[in-house]
Amino acid sequence: MKEMLNVALPKGRLGERVYDMFEKAGFPCPSIKENNRKLIFENEEKGVRYFWVKPSDVAIYVERGAADIGVAGKDILLEYEPEVYELLDLNTGKCRMAVAAPKGFSDNKRRTLKVATKFSKIAADFYRKTGRDIDIIHLNGSIEIAPILGLSDVIVDIVETGTTLKENNLEVVETIVPISARLIANKSSFQFKGDQIERIRDSIREQLEEEND
Amino acid sequence: MAENNLTPKEQYIFTLRELYSKFGYIPYHMGKFEEYDLYSRNKDFLISDSVITFTDTNGKLMALKPDVTLSIIKNNRALSGRTEKLFYNENVYRVAKGTNTFKEIMQAGVECIGDIDSYSIGECLYLAAESLACYRPEELFVLNVSSLDILMSTVRKITEDRGIQNEIIRCVSEKNPHEILSICKENEIDPALSEPLMKLLSLYGKAQTVLPEIKKLCDSIGESQKAEELSRVISVFEGSGLYEHINIDFSVVSDHNYYNGIIFKGYVPNVPGAVLSGGQYDKLMLKMHRKSRAIGFAVYLDMFDYGEENRYDVDILLLYDESVKLSALREEMEKLSQDGKTVRALKRDDEKLRYRQLIKLDASGEKE
Repeated sequence: MKEMLNVALPKGRLGERVYDMFEKAGFPCPSIKENNRKLIFENEEKGVRYFWVKPSDVAIYVERGAADIGVAGKDILLEYEPEVYELLDLNTGKCRMAVAAPKGFSDNKRRTLKVATKFSKIAADFYRKTGRDIDIIHLNGSIEIAPILGLSDVIVDIVETGTTLKENNLEVVETIVPISARLIANKSSFQFKGDQIERIRDSIREQLEEEND
Repeated sequence: MAENNLTPKEQYIFTLRELYSKFGYIPYHMGKFEEYDLYSRNKDFLISDSVITFTDTNGKLMALKPDVTLSIIKNNRALSGRTEKLFYNENVYRVAKGTNTFKEIMQAGVECIGDIDSYSIGECLYLAAESLACYRPEELFVLNVSSLDILMSTVRKITEDRGIQNEIIRCVSEKNPHEILSICKENEIDPALSEPLMKLLSLYGKAQTVLPEIKKLCDSIGESQKAEELSRVISVFEGSGLYEHINIDFSVVSDHNYYNGIIFKGYVPNVPGAVLSGGQYDKLMLKMHRKSRAIGFAVYLDMFDYGEENRYDVDILLLYDESVKLSALREEMEKLSQDGKTVRALKRDDEKLRYRQLIKLDASGEKE
């Protein structure tokens, strides 16, 4: 029996876009486009199994070997530092990790800066490099309201268009790192299913180069 | 004790002991505790820097061992010209990744300390490959070998800045060339300087195929000797069935403040991470004021839990009828268990018991 290549895709628009790349790379699975609530899809003939998972969980599935490869945002890779190979920048799902603050904010360096974020490690690393003393307030959502309610001075969060910030009277103070989706692989799977994984990586790379031409 | 009463992991430990003894390595047993000071001075060498500590009755701060190598070096002052070859099978205590809790981890490994030459390094690689091969002889395995000296030569061509070097090495470990270019761009480094490293990263695969390419690359950057040393130690596998399992892969990296020369990691299918890791650690020896050189590796036995199948509790469940004579039942038990099989006699089937074979016995002595 052919050994299946397990692919973890992030649920949502990004995952759908990325699936098309895998399909063009020669790993189609038509059933994935059916409108139902199934999460696992298989094409035995092509030896591929796709599953939809929460975007922030893709890296865990890949690191733990439940998936051989997957697509995860750079934000997740920086925050959780999974032991995986980062094979390709897919140049899609582009956004940036940034520090944002209420318009007209001025950093009072005489006191500890209160930073609200979902990305505690990224925030801590960023401020460690600048030598600024901070107090991290870990939140799981609606980060933008933290400065409005006085919970924090600034936020560290993903900024795509900046509309949400603007609507909450916030603005980007500093960009920490650009973010995009990455093709990642389990280190052990790469040793034993390397041919299939490299075929996908190379084909997607070609697709991206063609798009740029 | 019948061999099949051992778990696969226990059987594996016995096989490893036999293997290492065969090559003249001596068992090394150590206590569970060590002075904390040893770890606080070498924190970066540890996989996780959290250590379980306690104060001993004499007031000394002690630790439950998070690592074996440091203790072996501390307690062994190999005399000049002498070589110590040791193996161990010990529990270590580390924080498991992704949790904030300590875990007891069983680890086996070998250390070769003293007058290290190409053969000692080759032998260590050979034992590492054999350790992987004897886990499940029918399965594949891969031993990825790298030369930290060759890698660092190409990294130093890009920059002498230690911080940037560390960033680049992280990208190497991720097989992540796109980010190396980004780092060069961010730091206004000519991307052409990264070409040898990029080429090195692209050279991975079976040693027989890749080594000639490595040689060409090293010749072009004036590091021919390092390529020759790599080829020389790998030549230990020539004529052995293990050779086809040896890959060259420079994404194997270790902290270059402690390690140098040959480093390696081993993988087996269905286990998500490396199950074996090792290399030369002459720099650690120097830090610990030892003049000799050293190489060793550890086998992470806890990782093998991933690949272990659900085992049966017993080989045979013998279901007997109440009318069966007790002596007949005992005789049947002895007969069935003669060739080392495990048998449990029960009146009724136990749904939770996992068995390979079910045998029913009635008063007439009939079996089905």
